[in-house]
Amino acid sequence: MANQNILLNFDRNGANHTLENYLKRKGYSTLSEKIPNMKPEQVLDEVKKSGIRGRGGAGFPAGIKWSFLPKDSDKPVYLICNGDEGEPGTFKDRVILEENPHMLIEGMILAAYAINAKHCYIYIRGEYGFALQRVQQAVDEAYRAGYLGKKLTGANYSCDITVHKGAGAYVVGDETGLMNSIEGKKGQTRNKPPFPAVEGLYQCPTIINNVETLASVPWIIDHGGAAYHSIGTEKSSGTKLLSISGHVRKPGVYEVDLGYPFMDFLNKDCGGVIGNRKLKAVIPGGSSTPVLRPEDCEKITIDYESIAEAGSSLGSGAILIIAEGSCMVKTLEVLTHFYHHESCGQCTPCREGTGWLHKIVKRIEAGQGKMEDLDLLTSITKHIAFHTICPLGDAACGPVDSFVKKFKDEFIEHIKTGGCPFGGKFVRFQERV
Amino acid sequence: MEFNETEKKKIAHLRTRYPDSRSLTLPLMWMIQKRKGFVSDEAVALIATELELPKIWVEEVRSWYSMFSEKQTGKYVLEVCNNISCALMGSQEIIDHICSVLKIKVGETTADGMFTLKTAECLGSCGTAPMMQVGDRYYELLTEEKVDQILEDLKNNTQPEQKPQQWPEYK
Ligand SMILES: Cc1cc2nc3c(=O)[nH]c(=O)nc-3n(C[C@H](O)[C@H](O)[C@H](O)COP(=O)(O)O)c2cc1C
Ligand code: SF4
Ligand code: FES
Repeated sequence: MANQNILLNFDRNGANHTLENYLKRKGYSTLSEKIPNMKPEQVLDEVKKSGIRGRGGAGFPAGIKWSFLPKDSDKPVYLICNGDEGEPGTFKDRVILEENPHMLIEGMILAAYAINAKHCYIYIRGEYGFALQRVQQAVDEAYRAGYLGKKLTGANYSCDITVHKGAGAYVVGDETGLMNSIEGKKGQTRNKPPFPAVEGLYQCPTIINNVETLASVPWIIDHGGAAYHSIGTEKSSGTKLLSISGHVRKPGVYEVDLGYPFMDFLNKDCGGVIGNRKLKAVIPGGSSTPVLRPEDCEKITIDYESIAEAGSSLGSGAILIIAEGSCMVKTLEVLTHFYHHESCGQCTPCREGTGWLHKIVKRIEAGQGKMEDLDLLTSITKHIAFHTICPLGDAACGPVDSFVKKFKDEFIEHIKTGGCPFGGKFVRFQERV
Repeated sequence: MEFNETEKKKIAHLRTRYPDSRSLTLPLMWMIQKRKGFVSDEAVALIATELELPKIWVEEVRSWYSMFSEKQTGKYVLEVCNNISCALMGSQEIIDHICSVLKIKVGETTADGMFTLKTAECLGSCGTAPMMQVGDRYYELLTEEKVDQILEDLKNNTQPEQKPQQWPEYK
């Protein structure tokens, strides 16, 4: 695999999370060598040139987001790192948080310099106890070494980072929910506009980025935006962390150059489908992204535009492999249960609609579905999508519409035979362990 | 109920990290839950007084976030992920096994107060499914035999050292 190791530039068996180890990997050299000769606008410019798109799911270009900050505001600017990582199937930020936390910290300091933020927060989901511990240790080390605090080592400005522990709830991963959570409120989302860049945390201009996005910044500033842009494809530059799970022989977190052919990744890098089974379906970018059939996957490359063309999305880079022999209705039941469980309840279409979606899929799986249920499902999603405050409502619809469309026969079989052809549960593949 | 001296020092430090003291709601709730295992009404009142907030604001936080508990739970809370990757890799069988070994249903606590069983949404460990969380620890690549051993160890109050996520070995 022709791969740059930008984020996974360490030996997984070493004590790579320590400052000492990071320094050996030329860590903090961008901060101490490049920054003294760069103005904040130049840093911002390199990030813009790199073309890096947000790695949290939405794929919005980071440099452009940063330039939305008002120029004339006298309020403080905040930078937040989104380490909530709640999208089912996603476990890539965890690797950075646990094993390369200093790279994230250096990236945040550089980003803070570019946007003139003095105080940054790293929000980590409460369940990530070990990641929280490692990141806090790294922050403490960075303070002791003078990379954080007043007048940073090697640079003439100051920057603070506070680690904030979440307490469960997927919707907090949304940027406005996360801000409410740092403010000590329920993590419900806010209406937009105002956008966070104008009015975010404590009503101040705020930039929020994913862990992976921020951890890529040291490399971009060190090598230049153009060098980063030369990796990957025209519209999807750089490398991407992929977390692959489900029925795959070698699950894990991989870093690939964007534009990498999907089938090569699955078969060559990840060992193919478990137990040499046939591929049945792929969810390419986290549980909210529409499902693909094997024939859709033949031609796709792993980048934003190719997966979008196939009718889905690269999302957070969480690839889920489903082998032949698994029930797609049961799979959808798990997903609809999740969105119903996580709906924050602020908007009626999402609160009620996700409940209905789950209820109907559940009854089809139990063999009590009716043919009208299939149209009912798609008509409910039409009433949810784009009628809600935050994208969780839309996220719940993607799987439903695509499962019903792409695996319609299987839904019909459940309804016609009055039961689940797979016995109502997932087959346990014993090949791994 | 009161904050102890170490906690008070920590609170004084936290106050310097946020421009608005309401932001300390979650950190203080974690502090109490860590010490007591749950957040009682008395604890809610204590936080409200400390931060000079209406009690309802603090109560809301306790009930809204899934990780705070209002009641005493078992000594060890077993949270088995039942989301997509774990489900595909057999989490239901793990849950059924725990139910039959401990003779409880999901949501219940064993009579001796040792274990509470819950299901969880994706815990970010999908590559090592099926998995469960017990306190701060992740137990990954679960099998029935592994679960038996883990329960045995927990009864003896031993938990292994937490390591970064390690991908499985392949046959
Ligand atoms: C329901 C919901 C959950 C989200 N969860 C996450 C998450 O866990 N991590 C994340 O980085 N972004 C998440 N996002 C996206 C964030 O709102 C935001 O777009 C992102 O953090 C911006 O960072 P980026 O531009 O670097 O991707 C979520 C969005 C929604 C609507
Ligand atoms: S769409 Fe759903 S999760 Fe988002 S604000 Fe509305 S009810 Fe809450
Ligand atoms: S699905 Fe179980 S940890 Fe992600």
